Amino acid sequence: MLGKTAGGLFWMFRYLERSENAARLLEAGWRMALTRSDTADTEWESVLTTVGARTLYKQHYDDYDAANVINFLLRDKENPGSILSMLEQARNNARLVRTALSREVWESTNECWMTLKSDLARPVPDRDLAAVLSAVRYRTAVVRGSLHGTMLRNDIYDFTRIGTFLERADNTARILDVKYYILLPSAAALGSSLDNAQWETILRSVSAYRSYRWLYPGDINAKGISDFLILDQRMPRSLAFCMAKITSHLQNLDQQYGVRYNSHDLADNMVLDRKRHSVDTIFDEGLHEFLVERIKCISQLAAQIETDFRFYG
Amino acid sequence: MQYSFEMRKRWVEDIQIFFDEMRDASGSPREPYAQYNDWFSGEDPKVLLKKSSEAEAFFRKIGITFNVYGQSEADERLIPFDIVPRIISAREWRSLERGIDQRVRAINAFLHDIYHRQEIIKAGRLPKEIIANNAAFLPQMIGVSPPGGIYTHIIGVDLVRTGEDDFFVLEDNARTPSGVSYMLENRETMLQMFPELFTKLRVQPVSSYPQQLRKSLSNSAPPGMRNASPTVAVLTPGIHNSAYFEHAFLADEMGAELVEATDLSVVDGYVAMRTTQGYQTVDVLYRRVDDEYIDPLNFNPNSLLGVPGIFDVYRAGNITLANAPGTGIADDKALYSYMPDIVEFYTGEKAILKNVPTHRCSDPEELTYVLDHLKDLVVKEVHGSGGYGMLVGPAASKKELAAFTRKLKARPGNYIAQPTLALSTVPIMTKKGLAPRHVDLRPFVLVSPNSIHVTAGGLTRVALKPGSLVVNSSQGGGTKDTWVLGD
Repeated sequence: MLGKTAGGLFWMFRYLERSENAARLLEAGWRMALTRSDTADTEWESVLTTVGARTLYKQHYDDYDAANVINFLLRDKENPGSILSMLEQARNNARLVRTALSREVWESTNECWMTLKSDLARPVPDRDLAAVLSAVRYRTAVVRGSLHGTMLRNDIYDFTRIGTFLERADNTARILDVKYYILLPSAAALGSSLDNAQWETILRSVSAYRSYRWLYPGDINAKGISDFLILDQRMPRSLAFCMAKITSHLQNLDQQYGVRYNSHDLADNMVLDRKRHSVDTIFDEGLHEFLVERIKCISQLAAQIETDFRFYG
Repeated sequence: MQYSFEMRKRWVEDIQIFFDEMRDASGSPREPYAQYNDWFSGEDPKVLLKKSSEAEAFFRKIGITFNVYGQSEADERLIPFDIVPRIISAREWRSLERGIDQRVRAINAFLHDIYHRQEIIKAGRLPKEIIANNAAFLPQMIGVSPPGGIYTHIIGVDLVRTGEDDFFVLEDNARTPSGVSYMLENRETMLQMFPELFTKLRVQPVSSYPQQLRKSLSNSAPPGMRNASPTVAVLTPGIHNSAYFEHAFLADEMGAELVEATDLSVVDGYVAMRTTQGYQTVDVLYRRVDDEYIDPLNFNPNSLLGVPGIFDVYRAGNITLANAPGTGIADDKALYSYMPDIVEFYTGEKAILKNVPTHRCSDPEELTYVLDHLKDLVVKEVHGSGGYGMLVGPAASKKELAAFTRKLKARPGNYIAQPTLALSTVPIMTKKGLAPRHVDLRPFVLVSPNSIHVTAGGLTRVALKPGSLVVNSSQGGGTKDTWVLGD
């Protein structure tokens, strides 16, 4: 496979994953804004921080008005991290690697872009927001479904999955980091309803509100959420799950290419398991410090993969 | 372009009425259309119109769009598709096939000769100046013999029809003919929309084209190649090229890598592509990048689309380029009028396919005739393509005629002129029912050292405006599925 193609597949799925994550964050933020107007500004600010768009946003707007934030994150062409811009990037990468994709994967990606391009051609009225955000999740899910159902399990598949899980790990780490202060024991001690709503938002932004309820009976609490999103192998958006997936796909590449790559060593060092880690040790070490270190490692791993597999000339 | 009654009367001198391929003058269906016509009479026009819009959604979904040069990059357009097929009988096709085969053999022999001994010039059948002063003649190719002796691995011969047995070659696309993806996708669309028609009519399939292409390219691999079996790749200028869809489509269907110049390097005297596991040698490159841009060291130094040094590898016989550089001399409009001589010179046979009578404006006598009859003629720029830089006399305004008169006088050698052909029509589906529109036909030919293969079908381009003779997609033309019937 061409190095360029591997890079295109990796980025196509990073962008798809990132669009989907942005849609979830927006949905959770929107819910917060509707139910608790007093904290809406802070909520919007943390959404912008999580997707790394706060600085750019501040260059365009002075306040965190819901309509502005939503428009900026949904469809602003000036914002390379808007859902519309990212879906276009995903589709451009798909065009670039067209020959590596099954017809179903290509068509579902193209349809995803066509549908959302038309949905997002004009500002989205409040009453249509839920439907548009759900379309983002639905359309990206169709792409993922076609990928699973129609693609060969070879290096092509491995690169799409590595892109997906790197992006997802980064996203989960960021969501936790932006909200780390509300997860600290001092904040948890307050046990106020405000914190409950905040915790709920964290779970909603990873589509895990219900599954948390099933797996962690009792009250929502900071340690439970951290354990669930960092160490729980059953949770498909946890850091532990994502890292396990990444190492397993790097392992596949080792086997197919007959070489052990540096990126595989890097990833091995990032694996999280309960033998070596627990929420208590993470909290003792400092949750914020732990997450910042994770985010840094994820980005180093991405750069190493880029080099190992010759994405660029 | 609309034709008034006066116009028609003036320039359709020999043929009283345009030849319609579906119906004769009395309105009865011609033989190849008999079964289709029966089926059509039983259909509800409203349902068929609905099918037309379904086809558009289908094309958008698969992404078979093109960018029009000079328009916004984001503006991806569809070439309009018409649901009425263009049908050719087995007998008609056999004769075309023989003619095409002969013409393609002649073109390859001509290309070899013109870049080697130039016997045709020595024999006085082709004037020396026409080669010497021709920008399409590539001096770098002199003395170079391509692997397997093939110059044009892929050719698209543009044909027009004026009567029952009157087919003319309009142009031999010997450089990088495009449109084959439309031939294939049009058929896919028709199969999905009208499966019942394919059970009634014996339509010859076109779907094996990509496999034939792969086979043909593999058979043309350099004899001294390094790989055990030939590695084929398709070279595209990139995703912003108007034909990118086709490049990706063909690579995908062939199971070949789609590469850009940035993926290729010359490594140890071979062309290699950068893969996830290092450099891998490419043996056959189906390149969709023009000669001029293919190698900045040997041709245009400003090209970013090319691979530095690839031509040196080619000259050393270590890669096959399809098509070979320099094939443009064979489809150059200045040489067009010599094609019947060229065919006869190399095959020893009379040309089976007819040429359109052509006035060479470089000849002063011819120029005078052309200037006197400008309103009856089609004038073409020698190096133009895509319907740009062309004058259609009968449809031109006084101002346009005057402008072309000036151009012709200033650079007569830059133009040829031909009588306006009464192109045949095939109906298209409109809101008011079937309506005749002018068409042309581009069959696709694959050439390898072992064989010449003409796919039974091709791309039918259709002018969508009533009376218009310009079928180019860049000028608002559409396409139709082309059915060649079996015996």
